Amino acid sequence: MRILLNGDARDIQPDTTVKALLDSLGLDFRVVAVEVNRAIVKRDRYAATAIPEGAEVEVVAFVGGGHACRKLTS
Amino acid sequence: MIDALTIAGRTFSSRLVVGTGKYPSHEVMQAAHLASGTEMVTVAVRRVDLSAVGQASLLSWIDRSKIFLLPNTAGCYTADDAVRTARLAQEAGLSNWIKLEVIGDERTLFPDNEALLVATRELVREGFVVLPYTNDDPIACRKLEDAGAAAVMPLGAPIGSGLGIQNPNNLLIIKEQARIPVIVDAGVGTASDAAVAMELGADAVLMNTAIAGAGDPVAMAEAMKHAVIAGRLAFKAGRIARKRYAAASSPVEGLIARGR
Repeated sequence: MRILLNGDARDIQPDTTVKALLDSLGLDFRVVAVEVNRAIVKRDRYAATAIPEGAEVEVVAFVGGGHACRKLTS
Repeated sequence: MIDALTIAGRTFSSRLVVGTGKYPSHEVMQAAHLASGTEMVTVAVRRVDLSAVGQASLLSWIDRSKIFLLPNTAGCYTADDAVRTARLAQEAGLSNWIKLEVIGDERTLFPDNEALLVATRELVREGFVVLPYTNDDPIACRKLEDAGAAAVMPLGAPIGSGLGIQNPNNLLIIKEQARIPVIVDAGVGTASDAAVAMELGADAVLMNTAIAGAGDPVAMAEAMKHAVIAGRLAFKAGRIARKRYAAASSPVEGLIARGR
């Protein structure tokens, strides 16, 4: 099934959990935050949260920055 | 701790807050942070680059036992985006502090104060410690304080402009009326600008480009450290009044040219 991960289409197995997705991406849980369909998924819920088909998933982390930047042109 | 800065119950001995963007390298950033003596740095929140997984996280270059992380909502142009970003930052950083930015215009990067106020109210309601980046406008600062902001962060000049403190009189008024810390955020170009902000009574100064973009960021970081300390000391010491004409600093009595 297809989801939108950080804005890009990606195919994953049905019933994939947030934990399984992060594992497959090789991401360190301690430095990221995850949204599924605009709702934050807490770290202790990663293993229990299955990603629904068509979900918009955002995985974010801290990057260098001080102040505002221009709008994203997407 | 002498003359410490306290924001929402957390105490800092350094009054210099530094950014983490635009450095030539992570090594230089780390060295600049050390040279600046900062105890608080601000970080942005962005999508993870899934093509570059495995690269060291920015956080591995920040000693969190000495430096407090202040996530920001840089790049947000609506209250909704800023609130959403703040929630993600809280989840990623396990802290409820947020440097709140809601930008109103791409050319000036000036804040959208109306949206900023909306986002401040919402995040305060959700229990965040909100530090909004705002104009050097005493009314906007007062409204943000009334909305529950933990500090206000008026700009000295446009972000990245390096123009220095453009409206010292407004900063004086903001500081005079504020019951929360006032942190001058943006516009500093060189050490004297930071000193001016502190001499006006600012509780702290936040800068990114002035250090990261300097010819030698580490040396500039050290200069900023001294400037903030000097400006603070001068403010506390109380400067002399300005006069139009000279006022001698040596006594008239005993001059050899007087009377015989």
